[in-house]
Amino acid sequence: MLTVSNLNKHFGDLSIFENFNLHLAPNGFTALVGPSGCGKSTLFNVLAGVVAKDGGSVTLQGRDVSHLGTASAYMHQKDLLLPWFTLLDNALLPSRIAGENPDKSTTKARALFERLGLKGFESYRPGEISGGMRQRCALVRTLMFERELVLLDEPLSALDAITRRSLQSLLLLLQVEFKRTILMITHDIEEALMLADEILVLSGRPMRVLDQIYPGGTKLRRLDDPRLIEIKLYVLNLLQGELNK
Amino acid sequence: MKRSGVIALLVVFFALAAWETTCRVWSIPDFILPVPSRILAVAVMQAGLLLPHAAVTGVEVLAGIFISLMVAVPLSIAMFAHPAAENAIAPFLVASQAVPVFAVAPLLVIWLGYGIASKVLMAAVIIFFPITVNLLEGFKSCDQEFRVLFRLMGADFWQTLRLLYWPWALPHFFAGLKVGVSVATIGAVIGEWVGAQQGLGYLMIQANARLRVDLVFAAILWLSAMGLSLWVFVGYLERKVISWR
Repeated sequence: MLTVSNLNKHFGDLSIFENFNLHLAPNGFTALVGPSGCGKSTLFNVLAGVVAKDGGSVTLQGRDVSHLGTASAYMHQKDLLLPWFTLLDNALLPSRIAGENPDKSTTKARALFERLGLKGFESYRPGEISGGMRQRCALVRTLMFERELVLLDEPLSALDAITRRSLQSLLLLLQVEFKRTILMITHDIEEALMLADEILVLSGRPMRVLDQIYPGGTKLRRLDDPRLIEIKLYVLNLLQGELNK
Repeated sequence: MKRSGVIALLVVFFALAAWETTCRVWSIPDFILPVPSRILAVAVMQAGLLLPHAAVTGVEVLAGIFISLMVAVPLSIAMFAHPAAENAIAPFLVASQAVPVFAVAPLLVIWLGYGIASKVLMAAVIIFFPITVNLLEGFKSCDQEFRVLFRLMGADFWQTLRLLYWPWALPHFFAGLKVGVSVATIGAVIGEWVGAQQGLGYLMIQANARLRVDLVFAAILWLSAMGLSLWVFVGYLERKVISWR
């Protein structure tokens, strides 16, 4: 679905990635795990076209594109809800900007509010609800993007452990029920092990893939599975090795 | 009443009491420095004389605010949308504020006559700068993450302005407007001093020539009340418009 080949990006003398490659299969869930500052968020910015790449190619469904532009949806670790809009208006932003039929979009958004446990909160403002609810609303907005590819930039990192657990299953909903292809940045190895079909362990700058891991099995995976514990220790060792360099 | 309000009232009360006492103890004549009680009495008893002049000054100020808004808002948007325009216009904006209003007032009276137009323009010149600068800074202060989100949603500049930049900049806009309306009377009064047939500034010049210092102070009191009323009204509007804060 998405193929990134020989991607290069420098900031002055600082090389962020050199000849970086990535391939996402349709309807897959790929997690990027790497040390802080290795360039994961820069990769998202380059893919989204916010930051220009220095070289390499991006191919989306067989077509060469300079960047994904408006071909992907985006969910950030901050919920990025606009405080002057109600939750429903926030969720409707993508369809409003795209000029879609308001009645049809509202019906769809209301159904998603119900599906994600936000029914009854449509007219609330972001400042009136909890962080977990805000992030669920951000997820509704992400689902309102009619885009197959979803970029998740540490979407749950600002939440407490209990809220995270409940939202992790909702992220799977994106992939399974709504048939999205997901690329997620996370610092939480356990989160990657629970959710992802493929985990890419990344090195420090210049960023490259240290290993590709396929945890297998049925999701949400149980973290007390000895095989997953072994993988977790292996990934931690890889990352520790990077930090020691 | 809030504690800060009580303190402010106490400060005003003691300052006026000290003024009154000093004038009475030292027998300072009214044509040098009238006592506050006399000023208040003139401000109330001479309301029939003051009101028509205040109405003229009020119209000048309100028209000045309207014109300054008509110029400041599009100018801020243009400078925000085109940084080259900002670089070209900013030096002239700063220079316009570096020139004392007194220096320009006689020219405006020559060009626009002794009527209301020159005073309206004087008020507008003073008001538009804080509004323009604050609004521009408000646009610029918008978080990068929100800009990225809107870009990924495919929003064009005008959609982003309407849905994101404008509401984001509203607190800055109102801060500038509050400063503007507070000093708006200065421009109108200076215009009236230079050449007018009506207005509180004109009345002050006439009263001063006849050593009616109490009437000069009463006019100042009306001007202060006018400025304060505008400031309170803008504060009320701000709370109504920015209801999410």
